[in-house]
Amino acid sequence: MPLEAHIKEHPAYFHRFDALWTPTVLILDSNGEERYRNEGYLPKDEFRAQLELGLAREAFMNKNWSEAERRYGEVLDRYPNTKAAPEALYWKGVSHYKATNDHTVLGELAEQFKQKYSDSIWALKTLAWDH
Amino acid sequence: MLVQWKKDADEALAEAKAAKKPLLIDFSAAPA
Repeated sequence: MPLEAHIKEHPAYFHRFDALWTPTVLILDSNGEERYRNEGYLPKDEFRAQLELGLAREAFMNKNWSEAERRYGEVLDRYPNTKAAPEALYWKGVSHYKATNDHTVLGELAEQFKQKYSDSIWALKTLAWDH
Repeated sequence: MLVQWKKDADEALAEAKAAKKPLLIDFSAAPA
């Protein structure tokens, strides 16, 4: 569900939601909790990928692990060459782990990061699982 | 696909809650 908040029409919304810069995009869950924030312009594909990351994050934060894993997988499939992709790979694996409690998933994730996105900060976050 | 943007935050929050859907808010200062 999309809400438009233009600074000239609804300046109070900027204060209400702590938007200090434009463009800012927020994704709130159905209870009104902020789950994602993006500030500043991005190229079209990077922006789309970020929005889909935001929807995946919303599912993750609501402990909807299967939906989160599916959404992160979609980011990877649709935008494999964006800056969002390594983050999506990381959280896809974590979502799977949260759903299954199968810790071998995390080691496999570390292996995957050796093959792809190895220079990302997300790869560094998997080093602890690399045995 | 044409996006049907809401203009009222309280209304949008209530609709999102009823529909159990997330709400996207676009804060802009761009000229109309």
